[in-house]
Amino acid sequence: MDVGRHPKIELLAYSEVERVDGTVGAFDVTIRKKARYVDESKCTGCGACAEKCPTRVPDPYNEGLGERKAIYRYFAQGIPSTYTIDPDACRHLAGLRAEKEGADKSKIKKCGVCAKICQAKAIDYSQQDQIIHRQVEAIVLAVGYEVLKPEGITEYGYGRVPNVVTAIEFERLLSASGPTAGHLYRPADFVGKKKMPEHLPHAKRLAFIQCVGSRDGRRSIHCSGFCCMHSIKEAIIAKEHDSELDAWIFGMDIRAVGKGFEEYRLKAEQIGVKFVRSRVAEITKGPNGLPIVWYEDTRARRVYSREFDIVVLASACLPPKDAPLLAEKFGIELDSFGFIKTRPFAPFDTTREGIFVCGCARGPADIPESVAQASSAAARVAQVVLQEARKVAMQ
Amino acid sequence: MKRLALKSKDVRIGVFVCHCGSNIAGYLDCKAVADYASTLPGVVYSTTNLYTCSESGIAEIKRAITEKKLTRVVVASCSPRTHEPLFKSACEEAGLNPYLFEMVNIRDQCSWVHMNSRDEATEKAKDLVRMGVAKAWFLEPQEDFEMSIEARVAVIGGGVAGLSAAESLADMGVSVVLIEKSPQLGGLTLKLNSLAPHLHNPDDLVNPLIERVEHHPKIKVYKESSIKKIEGYVGNYRIELDVKDQGVIQEAVSAVVVAVGAKPYIPQGLYGYDGERVITQFELEQRLKSKGVGDGIKNVVMIQCVGARSQAEGEKSYCSRICCATAVKNALILKERFPDIKVSILYRDIQTYGSDFEAMLWKARSMGVRFYVYDPSDPPKVADNAVLVRSKIFSDDVLELPADIVVLSTPLVASDEAPVIANLMRIPTDANNFFLEAHVKLRPLDFATDGVFLCGSCRFPCTAEEARIQGMGAAARVGALLAKGKVISSALVAEVDSSTCCGCQGCLRICPYGAITYDESRHVCQVNPILCKGCGACTAACPSQSVQLKGFRPSQLLPQVRAAMESLREMFVSCEL
Repeated sequence: MDVGRHPKIELLAYSEVERVDGTVGAFDVTIRKKARYVDESKCTGCGACAEKCPTRVPDPYNEGLGERKAIYRYFAQGIPSTYTIDPDACRHLAGLRAEKEGADKSKIKKCGVCAKICQAKAIDYSQQDQIIHRQVEAIVLAVGYEVLKPEGITEYGYGRVPNVVTAIEFERLLSASGPTAGHLYRPADFVGKKKMPEHLPHAKRLAFIQCVGSRDGRRSIHCSGFCCMHSIKEAIIAKEHDSELDAWIFGMDIRAVGKGFEEYRLKAEQIGVKFVRSRVAEITKGPNGLPIVWYEDTRARRVYSREFDIVVLASACLPPKDAPLLAEKFGIELDSFGFIKTRPFAPFDTTREGIFVCGCARGPADIPESVAQASSAAARVAQVVLQEARKVAMQ
Repeated sequence: MKRLALKSKDVRIGVFVCHCGSNIAGYLDCKAVADYASTLPGVVYSTTNLYTCSESGIAEIKRAITEKKLTRVVVASCSPRTHEPLFKSACEEAGLNPYLFEMVNIRDQCSWVHMNSRDEATEKAKDLVRMGVAKAWFLEPQEDFEMSIEARVAVIGGGVAGLSAAESLADMGVSVVLIEKSPQLGGLTLKLNSLAPHLHNPDDLVNPLIERVEHHPKIKVYKESSIKKIEGYVGNYRIELDVKDQGVIQEAVSAVVVAVGAKPYIPQGLYGYDGERVITQFELEQRLKSKGVGDGIKNVVMIQCVGARSQAEGEKSYCSRICCATAVKNALILKERFPDIKVSILYRDIQTYGSDFEAMLWKARSMGVRFYVYDPSDPPKVADNAVLVRSKIFSDDVLELPADIVVLSTPLVASDEAPVIANLMRIPTDANNFFLEAHVKLRPLDFATDGVFLCGSCRFPCTAEEARIQGMGAAARVGALLAKGKVISSALVAEVDSSTCCGCQGCLRICPYGAITYDESRHVCQVNPILCKGCGACTAACPSQSVQLKGFRPSQLLPQVRAAMESLREMFVSCEL
């Protein structure tokens, strides 16, 4: 909101950088502003269109656990509050495309409900992607990271064993604005159902599996840094929902290394969260259709199995999506893990002068670290931009 | 209600009841609250919003101010701590004085605490809204204070964090006063042998930084100096320094960056620490840097979490973040220097967080460094030539690891200066004497006090690179403050009515910010509006209501209390009391 309202910030949402020309002090950035099919200057964000839109699609904001309409806003407090039509889902846009391709007119179904309902006359089906340019002196990459989708780790059964979810999916289950309005239901009980069934049982037994796809010689050996803490937090919040609930955290080392983190881990222990030193071997579907976790407790040197209602996979923090492509567009290098490469003691300088990076794009970081890094990247930009200005003044 | 009639022609109140998604609407009837609000005196408009804080919610407030000619706005939503500034600026943008805004908290103080009683929660929300509306009647327009500020900053501490902050600020054109207690800049980092994870020599990284700082035309460095006094407030700090060979020096600055660092914990009485055979990781580091570890060393055992993650008296409860990576780094260096040496690390959780630290751990393992996990309830024992440890990985037996040197990984602890600075500046520290930031997630480099910032290990133990990141980050925070050339402080401060003040100075003694002074000639107290943080302590202390806090005057709060009593009165009447 602060950014959206700041007089010195131009916000280009739903846009992607195509290429970067020039050098520090004089970059020319080519940007593709994607078609929203909604006029940003007219849309008031009232939401009447989404209410009436007949097309439902899985909601990516809720990690597919809930649904949204073909005309949507990514989430309620999103900035800008402008709605966007998903061109792959919208019937009307599909109809228009078919028409263009010369399909049989009698077979083309068009909709157009949102345009009829919109009082602001903001719907524009003919909108096209726009290519725009911006001249800037420096660039900060804060493109974030990608969370590993753990289908490839077959022994953990994600996508195959019911009620095995990723930590981000679990966050949505815990959230008051999530698909269950914050009730801790087992996803297999409601996902894919037309209506949320009534009187669902609450999940009572939770397992959190650490280092899914990280610290793993078969995939990436890097430590994602923040997952121990989010698992502890999720366990504590779940126990706040229901103090009788059983929460187990399975990990090799519990990395609680930030300010107040060790104290937070202790708090979890004190309210009854169980920590098991182990690397979980396998998750199978048990006779009740619920996940069974197979693990060795390395302190007891024994193998156990245990049934849970929900198993939460702390899946790895991966380099940003399409990082190699990104590196090519910006003319920068990646490190051996695929994150954006920086220089020692110049922690925000990428390999191209005038382009800086902060946050998880340069390696795993938690929120306070990311916030501190963002400020530092700003300081670095100020240093460089002012130096460039001085050079110009000298000439 | 008679008193209201006097003002009624200027009072047109708009009430906005927020659903906060399902945070409020899930537990009480927002529509009923809004309908009720519309029946209250002075309310000419009331509505509900899905999220009043969203762009559309803000647009709605602005539209209503213009279209309905509102002269007061009441938002019933979350805590003022989250969105009050936003709603106030919305009022301002629509041409309404922002101090004619009142916020009612029906989320944290209502829907969240009455999740299982919808009807009662709805009634309580109505009560709260009625109270807010009652106060809104008596709000007064206010003007914020504005003061121009100079681009001049003091950085306390010349370690990596302080150096980085100073250089960044100076490069932005800000004049910097860098204050260091020791004769040498560079802090703890310069005493290290190498930096994890890439094993850089700290000299190569820190010395050029020192060089740049010492020769920067915008930076004045005071070494061997101590701070005697810091007074003032954002835009106007006065620092009194005692500098070796120069005596007492006064400096005036607009902002202060605290970067006083930390020091290694000395494990007196733990594991037979003697500084000879049983040494700290920091001492090993210094041996590696200068005179060497000693001839004929064949077996090294390192013990992690010594004096840390412990509830024992005199020890530290926190994890010091960097000691595991330090141990792994030193194990690697020992292995590289003496290929036949055996290094074992006894640990609880090995904390090599992130990508490069973890890679270092894998490398150490591949080079034959041994890792044994131990249980804090059954810690290792240091014997004459060995360390005994029960690591349950292979068996329950006690292992005897030969040890020519035992290295204890101890935490970084707050420096001796931390409590002194905290006291001088009235800035908060946590139980471990680390400085306390304004918000642990969103404002990690700011203090709650305006114009004071923090970075580096005085906030919490960190690596040299993290100290550099935070130092530069703090510089950006200061830069953003100074770039505006002025500070604006809230109009909601205390003011003294000198016609009734009897000069008892009760308020002066109670003010935690030193904002009140006594005017000897007029025998009355007066408030410095820039220093005053609007806490209201003085108003409670004043026996004659001569000190009043703007926005919270008795004439504004009492109508609110009376409005609260209305529902009680109804309750009493219905009970026939």
